Amino acid sequence: MDLVINPAGISLLGYVLGGVKMDILKEDTIAAITTPFGTGGTGKIRISGPGAFQIGDKIFKSINKNKKISEQKTYTAHYGYIYDPETAKEVDEVIAIMMRKPHSFTGEDVLEIDCHGGMTPLRAVLDIVLANGGRIAEPGEFSQRAFLNGRLDLAQAEAIIDIINSKTEKSLDLALNQLNGKLSTKIDQIKENAVELLAHLEAAIDYPEDEIAGFSAAELGDKFLQIKLELEKLISSSQQGKIYKEGLKTVIVGKPNVGKSSLLNYFLEEKRAIVTDIPGTTRDVIEEYVNLKGIPLKIIDTAGIRETADEVEKIGVERTRNLAEKADLILFMVDLNQGITTEDREIYQLIKDKPVIVIANKTDLEFKNTRQEILTEFRDHPLLWISLLKEEGLIELKDSILSEILAEKIDLDSETIITKTRHKDALKSALSAIEKVIVSHETGMPYDFLTIDLKDCLNSLGKITGETVADDILDRIFSEFCLGK
Amino acid sequence: MDFHKYPKEYDVIVIGAGHAGCEASLAPARMGLETLTLTVNLDHVAFMPCNPSLGGPGKSHIVREIDALGGEMARNMDKTMIQIRMLNTSKGPAVHGLRGQSDKAAYHRRMKQVLEQQDKLDLKQEIAEEIVVENGQVRGVITKTGIFFAGKKVILTTGTFLKGRIIIGEAEFNAGPNQQYPANKLSGSLKKLGINLRRFKTGTPPRVSKRSLDFSKMEPQPGETGLSFSFDSEPLSEEQVMCYLTYTTEETHSIIRDNKMRTPLFSGVIEGVGPRYCPSIEDKVVRFPDKNRHQLFIEPEGLNTDEYYISGLSTSLPHDVQIEMARTIPGLENVEIMRPGYAIEYDCVDPEELKLDLELKKIKGLYTAGQINGSSGYEEAAGQGLIAGINAALSLQDREAVILKRSQAYIGVLIDDLVTKGTPEPYRVMTSRAEYRLLLRQDNADQRLTPLGKEIGLVSEERYQKYKNKLTAIKNIISYLRDPENKVNPTAEVREKLTDLSSGNLSKPVSLEKLLRRPEISYADLKFFTDGLPEATADVIEQIEIQVKYKGYIDRQQAQVDQFRKMEEKKIPVEIDYDKLENLRLEAREKLAKIRPLSIGQASRISGVSPADISALMIYLEQYRRNQGGNTSGN
Repeated sequence: MDLVINPAGISLLGYVLGGVKMDILKEDTIAAITTPFGTGGTGKIRISGPGAFQIGDKIFKSINKNKKISEQKTYTAHYGYIYDPETAKEVDEVIAIMMRKPHSFTGEDVLEIDCHGGMTPLRAVLDIVLANGGRIAEPGEFSQRAFLNGRLDLAQAEAIIDIINSKTEKSLDLALNQLNGKLSTKIDQIKENAVELLAHLEAAIDYPEDEIAGFSAAELGDKFLQIKLELEKLISSSQQGKIYKEGLKTVIVGKPNVGKSSLLNYFLEEKRAIVTDIPGTTRDVIEEYVNLKGIPLKIIDTAGIRETADEVEKIGVERTRNLAEKADLILFMVDLNQGITTEDREIYQLIKDKPVIVIANKTDLEFKNTRQEILTEFRDHPLLWISLLKEEGLIELKDSILSEILAEKIDLDSETIITKTRHKDALKSALSAIEKVIVSHETGMPYDFLTIDLKDCLNSLGKITGETVADDILDRIFSEFCLGK
Repeated sequence: MDFHKYPKEYDVIVIGAGHAGCEASLAPARMGLETLTLTVNLDHVAFMPCNPSLGGPGKSHIVREIDALGGEMARNMDKTMIQIRMLNTSKGPAVHGLRGQSDKAAYHRRMKQVLEQQDKLDLKQEIAEEIVVENGQVRGVITKTGIFFAGKKVILTTGTFLKGRIIIGEAEFNAGPNQQYPANKLSGSLKKLGINLRRFKTGTPPRVSKRSLDFSKMEPQPGETGLSFSFDSEPLSEEQVMCYLTYTTEETHSIIRDNKMRTPLFSGVIEGVGPRYCPSIEDKVVRFPDKNRHQLFIEPEGLNTDEYYISGLSTSLPHDVQIEMARTIPGLENVEIMRPGYAIEYDCVDPEELKLDLELKKIKGLYTAGQINGSSGYEEAAGQGLIAGINAALSLQDREAVILKRSQAYIGVLIDDLVTKGTPEPYRVMTSRAEYRLLLRQDNADQRLTPLGKEIGLVSEERYQKYKNKLTAIKNIISYLRDPENKVNPTAEVREKLTDLSSGNLSKPVSLEKLLRRPEISYADLKFFTDGLPEATADVIEQIEIQVKYKGYIDRQQAQVDQFRKMEEKKIPVEIDYDKLENLRLEAREKLAKIRPLSIGQASRISGVSPADISALMIYLEQYRRNQGGNTSGN
């Protein structure tokens, strides 16, 4: 099967043995945040499709307790709360607006939920929608449905095709993609286990007379459970989503006047061009967010950087030590013109056991030490030569920060790698499928009932890595088992 | 070439009278059309050149589907078989599979007579050599003896006859299956018509003499009672023959390994692509060196012959090596081989050349079915033959073609797979190829397809009534089981009975349906819990148990079918010019232009067509419709 795998690792396709199905072809209910990422007073989630109002009934609690969304008239707005049916907790205070088909943007039943702004509440509400029957919309999918239902004119059709095409061609966030590569590796391992099981079950089903070294019921149970546990681990980590929610804690240290605030400003300049979608980002706190090709860096103690930049004082040992403890990454700056001083060495002693990138600034001026001397001094860490004044070496600096992150010298751990709602959505369906397999197995259902949900599980995982497994299974069956007569 | 026009003109001409050809001939004749069947040798009508059996998972499903649609295979088997079993009973109902041992000669004789006695069907021994086509429309066939038969439709069911070549070790010669006369010229005619051909390979094991076998060293494999293929037949009542199981030994394997360079498979003599699921013994030994034995089933070829078939020992090793190898097998120490195993290579059509109704895209009125389409297996062939025959006839009657859906029949899965995705190797049906396996059971093939068979005109009124009565019985019993009046109360007696049945206790009244949902409780057990439990036949009870016990799973698969139905039904106009779809990637455009899918659903299954391509295609189609002045797409 050679369906296209797009570079972002996003795939629309589902898989089934013997045929390829695509989510986009399904008559299902899709949802997404439709307001732009970033901060804003309110945010909107749109739910479209035949199940939109049922989802509304499940997750929306009106102020008037008995009000059911599905029973309301078209073009009405309802005030109430979104709550999570699982925890029974209220998540956000919202206005729900309903539009019955065909009188909506997509021409389908649509429920729009106006939430409070900020990504955290919006994501929380979206998660609940997805957990209760929605599927995350593909880019351009609302518009596509609108067009196919006759709600858009011809001119707009071309634009939609562009959106659809762009998502496969545009290289989005490079760094995120690489992180997703790590996710793929983990998912590949889970998938591998599931494929092994499925090939085994299918071989036994289609070749009842062949000798197939079997798994015992207990072994099968263990293997299903293993898949479940691994999926749970991945999902729970995504909920913490450390890096995604909080950013990679980064500090800039160095003696006064070494260029810390210039470096910060340089990063902040960049920030204006690349808007981060980290919640609660504001300029006036002591933290600043920088989006480095998709990875949010949280530069902490920026106030400290600015203060010390103006004062000539001895370095605060305590302060540096504290910062070093908190940080995931330390950018340590030295001044080439002044050369390596005792102060530099004192600071370096405090931080050298952490992930450090040494930044040798002021290549535009005369060097006090030779390059070799400096490299030797800091040989345990990557070192970049830059000039903030002339803006030289800065691109290399960013690449170096990225490669430092991606080389896993910084402890990102699995917690940090699930960054996309789409992925989380897919993992959750995979989990729910494997749970069904386990129930079937425990109630003593025969093999072919187990395969139904096991295929679903693989199908969901395939959406993340973009591969279909249909032919894999056949190849697997015939390479692993000697079958046929 | 000089030829003489045969005075009678036919509606349908079928070339070949194997399993595809017989169904392809009977269907149009039974639908009232003048039909001619040509075969290389009349003594080989419905001949089984390989295993003397039908069925297994997936395959028996197809046999029953053929039966429900009004085909002949199941009935013919029931009338002539000598053993039957149900395989896979430890697994769910969807993958149970009947396996019948056939009496090859009886199977052939009976089917030949059915053809002979069929109204409007002429059966003739002739070798077809040229397909006559005018302006892209088929006109008839010219034979080796110089006769031109005019026909409005031609169906090719040539099996492995096209440029057939048999290989046994270093020996090779042109021949069809079982050393019959090959069809050397017909593939040339196809090539001239611009049809893309390829070369496949398959093989068969040696046949041996019963006298030389020692059954005491083998495990007996008896048949079972109460089973039949056709929904119309009574279960097989005659005494059944015995099959046997034995195994290869390390010694067998070392003989094979020592002679590896004399095997055509490894020496490069064989060019054709063989099937992975039906490997030769040399293939198995080389690919799975760790396996110290392979199973062999010893099966009789019929009641009036002493030839036995060694299932699992398919080979193209040199004859002398076959003898040496066979004698290392327990029970075969003194074996006399009567016919050596062989590999056969043959030309077949790239199935991507076909439409879903099995007509070639390039030539109007020309259909192909069976092994010529890259499939393998008697059942797969017969299923295609039936559909090709039906569609040729329907087309002549100006009726819409029958295209079985993937959610409707294994025959639908088989044809859609072949036509939409092509096949790199001889294609065998497997239950794992069906995405809606639970709906496509062999036990419900009648429910899936009898109404269609009736509509086509191949199912008799009598049979249809029988089917309707079965449906009514099922419906009545299900509503009895659901009726609140018949609820079971948790009395002491009931509790005791449940304990007896090792079933969990009851705390409040439940319906009979809920009770039956418990795996340990059968329909017969329900008698204890209700007074008026309706009597029912075994096939009705089977349906009720399956429908009740597996309801949750069945409903879920049905929901999956429904989700994709809209796309399966979203038709693509035949006149679409894919070159105009500039937004599609070139690869996708080429693939779509080649396959010319009928629906978005089918398009989505083509390899090389991505979801983004499908989105673009859907939008293009909507634009196209609006430009044609049509309404917005059919929702």
